[in-house]
Order: sequence, then C-alpha cells, then structure tokens
Amino acid sequence: MKQYIARRVGYSLLSLFLLSVTIFLFVRVTGDPVSLLVEPGASPEDIENIRRQLGLDQPLWEQYWHFMASLFAGDLGQSFYYRVPVLDLYFQRLPHSLLLAAVAMALSLLIGIPSGILAAVRVDGFWDSAGKIFALLGLSLPQFWVGLVLILFFSVYLGWLPSSGSGGVLHLLMPAFTLGWYFAAAHMRLTRSSMLEVLGSEYIKLARLKGLPEALVIGKHALKNALIPVITLAGINLVVMINVAVVVETVFAWPGIGRLLYEGITFRDFPVVQGVVIIGGAMIVMVNLLVDILYALIDPRIRLES
Amino acid sequence: MAVITPVTTDTVASTAPFWRLKGFPVIPVSILLLIAFVAVFADVLAPHDPQIGSLARRFKPPFWLEGGSLVYPLGTDHVGRDVLSRLIFGARVSMVVGITAVLVAGSIGTLLGIMSGYLGGWADQVVMRITDTWLALPALTFAIFLAAIVGPSELNIILILGLVYWTRYARVIRGEVLSLKQREFVRLAVVAGCSSRLIMWRHILPNVINSAIVLATLMLGVVIVTEASLSFLGVGVPPPKPAWGLMMADGKKGLMVGYWWLTVFPGICIMLMVLSANLLGDWLRVKLDPQLRQL
Repeated sequence: MKQYIARRVGYSLLSLFLLSVTIFLFVRVTGDPVSLLVEPGASPEDIENIRRQLGLDQPLWEQYWHFMASLFAGDLGQSFYYRVPVLDLYFQRLPHSLLLAAVAMALSLLIGIPSGILAAVRVDGFWDSAGKIFALLGLSLPQFWVGLVLILFFSVYLGWLPSSGSGGVLHLLMPAFTLGWYFAAAHMRLTRSSMLEVLGSEYIKLARLKGLPEALVIGKHALKNALIPVITLAGINLVVMINVAVVVETVFAWPGIGRLLYEGITFRDFPVVQGVVIIGGAMIVMVNLLVDILYALIDPRIRLES
Repeated sequence: MAVITPVTTDTVASTAPFWRLKGFPVIPVSILLLIAFVAVFADVLAPHDPQIGSLARRFKPPFWLEGGSLVYPLGTDHVGRDVLSRLIFGARVSMVVGITAVLVAGSIGTLLGIMSGYLGGWADQVVMRITDTWLALPALTFAIFLAAIVGPSELNIILILGLVYWTRYARVIRGEVLSLKQREFVRLAVVAGCSSRLIMWRHILPNVINSAIVLATLMLGVVIVTEASLSFLGVGVPPPKPAWGLMMADGKKGLMVGYWWLTVFPGICIMLMVLSANLLGDWLRVKLDPQLRQL
C-alpha cells in the first residue's frame, strides 16, 4: 500500500515537473519570450534591460532554475494590465469560478443521474433514446453557441434573465446550465452503464427474488452502488469545470478564472495566461492523484494489481 | 434423383456496398459531403466576396424579413459583408483546419503510440509520461496558451490542435499494440528475423489503422469545436478570414439589439458539422472496431 502510494506520488511529481518544463520551453523556444513578457510599446533599451533583468541572456537550465524558484515562492509574475501579482488576481476570481462550478455541477447531476437511471431501467425505451440524443447534443454543441442561443431566447426575446455579469441567482442560471449540460452528458452515460452493471449482479437478483418492490430495488439497493463511480467522476469534473469555463465565462461576462484567462489574451497580458495555465494543470494533476489514492484505499484489487 | 443445389451464402449481405449496411448514418454523411462540396467549390458558389463589404448596406436582415432582399439571402453583417458568402467560405476554413489538424494529431499519435507500445522500455515511459501530463491540461486552455505564444494564423492553429490532441491517439493505439504484440503473427515475424522497424510498419500499423480512422472521425468534431472556440475567443483564425467561430464572436455584439442572424446561422453550421461527425464516428466505432465500443 505504502509502495503504491509512493509510486503514485512519484508519478504526479514527475507530471508536475514535465508540466513546468512544457510551459517553460514552449514560451522560450517558440519565439522571443521578451516580446511576451514586456508590455506592448516598450522601447528597445527597456527591452534590453528586461532581458537582462529576467536573466534571459543566461543558459536555459539556469533560467529554468529561476523560473521554478519563483514558482515555489508563489510568485507567478505581475499582471501588466492590473499591475498586481497574478496570484492575487487568481484568488480574487476563484470564488466566482467555484460558485459557477458548484451550481453547474448540481444541475448536471440533477439532470444526469435521473436520466441515466431511467435509461438503464428501460434500455432502448423512450427515455434511453431521449437521453442519448440529449447527451450527444451536450457533447457536440459548442458552449458559446448554446450560451448565445440562451441569451437570444431568455434575455432578448423573453427578457426574463440578465444576459451577462454576476450578482443575483438569476445571473447564475444560464452560465451554469451551459457549463453543466456538457458534463450532464458524461454523468448520464456513466450512470447508465454503471447502473446496468449493478442491475446484473447477484444481490439485485436476490432482492427481486425476495419480492421487494422494483422501486425499492432500483432506488435503494442498486442506486447506492451504481453512484460510486459517478460521484468520483463528479469530484474530478468539479475541478475540471473551474478550469474549462473560459468560453462560458466569456459569453456571459462571468468574472471567474476563465474570464481572467480571456482578459489575459485580449490585453496581451502574458503572465496572467501563463499563471492560469500552470495553476489549472497542477490542480488537475493533484485531483487525479487524490482519486488514485482514494480508490486504492477503498479497493484492494487496484493496489495489488500494479 | 435428387437435385443437389449448391450451398449459397447470403450474397446480398456479403457484397452490399457500405452505404447499405445496417444503420449507416445517411443524413450525417450527406451533410458532411455537402459541407465538403461547398468548401471545395466556395469560389463558384458564393454570390459575393466574403471579405469585402460596404457600410451602406450593413445589418441587412435575411430575405424573408422586412428590409431583406434575395441579393443577400441571409443578410449582411456589421461591415456589410454577405453572411451567406462568409458561411460558404467558412466551410472551407473549418474543413481545411479540421481535417489537417486531425491528420497531424493522428500521425504523431499513431507513430508514437506504436513505438511506445512495441518498443516498450524507456521509449514507452517517456511517451506515456508526456501523454499523462498533457492530458492533465484542459485541451482548450492548453490551445489558448500555445496560441497566445505563437500568435494566431491558420497554419499555427492546425499545428496547435495537432500538438494538443495527439496524446489521445497515442494512448489508445499503444493499448492496442500491447495486445497485438502478443499475437502469433508478430512473434513469427520476430522469429523470421524481421527488424523491429519492419514489424511496426508492415505488421502492426495495418492492424491499428481501423482504430485510428474511428478516432479520427470522432476527433474531427472535437477539433472543429475547439477551432471555433479559439476563433470565438480571438486567438483562432485571424480576421477578416471567414471562420464560423469568428463570425459568431463578431455577431455577439449585435445580438442584444436584435441582429440574431449573425450568430444563429454560423452556429447552425458548426452544430450540423460537429453532430454529423460524431454520429458517423459513433457508427464507425461500433462497425469497425469492437474493441473501442466501451470508449
């Protein structure tokens, strides 16, 4: 067990290292990093100064050392546009992203789990087909298209919901649904397949033989076990949601991490872009590690197999 | 004397052309073919120049609304460019970017997946660790990051999408190669003295090509959505080129004042293309490759 955890932690550290190297190298190899790291409109002398200041005249490994040293000190550089450290900006926006992700997750589970159960109980029935279409649409439709159509209908045509910004509960509905639909599709598919697997197991047959009502068999006995993988996926997806909301947040002008990334692009604020990508990647590596360890704790087969 | 009739197999089933196979997605394939046709003959089909407009005729509505005319059947945008012509040329951008990006990602991923799976050892470790790491970065965020560094252009977008998505091929193909490696014909080839390179090229590659094709079809939809999202965010195909995502970003400003046709039409085009690619991919997955059914 200890050995297994040690290996997973080792792999994750390696992933984090590769992540930092990837980001470091792409910035320095694919162009002149100074042009990204100085503010637009700087004079040639300024550029030379900054090049020396940032140590870009030094060998690559030494530059990487400095890059990592400042990362570990929690220094992601300073935003050109807001003139505050990137990390401060990040934590300022994080609560908005968390709120959006939490509501979107709740919606996606509210849609995904019941429709997944219905689809599994009546395979190839009406709900199964309807669910398949709903899932396919959720996975295929670009989020900005869903968002804009919602705005067109609920804000422009009906005038019920505000089209952008944050504040009340009403502001949350459309962005959360747009973000949640994509994930609802994944949660529905997993609920369905996991439910089907559980329904085929011996203890469910026993419960039926005992003469328990079907609603109790499915709602209590089967559901408990079928939901385990779904909840795990939801946990991972919550972290993913924080990091992939850039399109939704841009469409609805929601002031979260994704919007920060978008502002970073439009204002050519490279430290912000780099910071958001680094933190996002690190977050996902960490949550994957956490799930691996939790699974090994719960299920001995996993740790014995490898 | 009894007449002996020769045993016949069901010739209809064995010689039926592929489009008469069970469940062949006729409509999605027709849509994709139509988009491809429009993309190829955009110069002939488009009634106007997609990049030149005139401010005198901006924000004209589609022809069935008041103030619209058949000269601009789907209306004009904020600088007076014909929406239909831009949609037609946009098909070309989507097709070119989508197909070449999938080819780039597919070639890198298949090559590295085969080498990683067949050679094993440190080559496998290196490729798989890179794959794990890159998969941890959300694809769109990774693509935005790369686009912010190298700057937007059509070629850059293709390379970026190729770089972001090859890892998905590598992982699936590697898994298949691992099981192929244990098969008799590969072992016999080793005994016969074939070099590793020859085995990978002549014996492994033809056996994973089906999976690669299925993945490519499924990836086409993903790549097109990502390209449109990048263009929508302003780091994709640079203006004034008519990309569907870019048209929607431009049209967004007009949405609140009722110029809905600027966002709805390109949106429908993206939706149709991505849905069709996904439906075709799903069908191919079941038909061509039983191993991928659980994917």
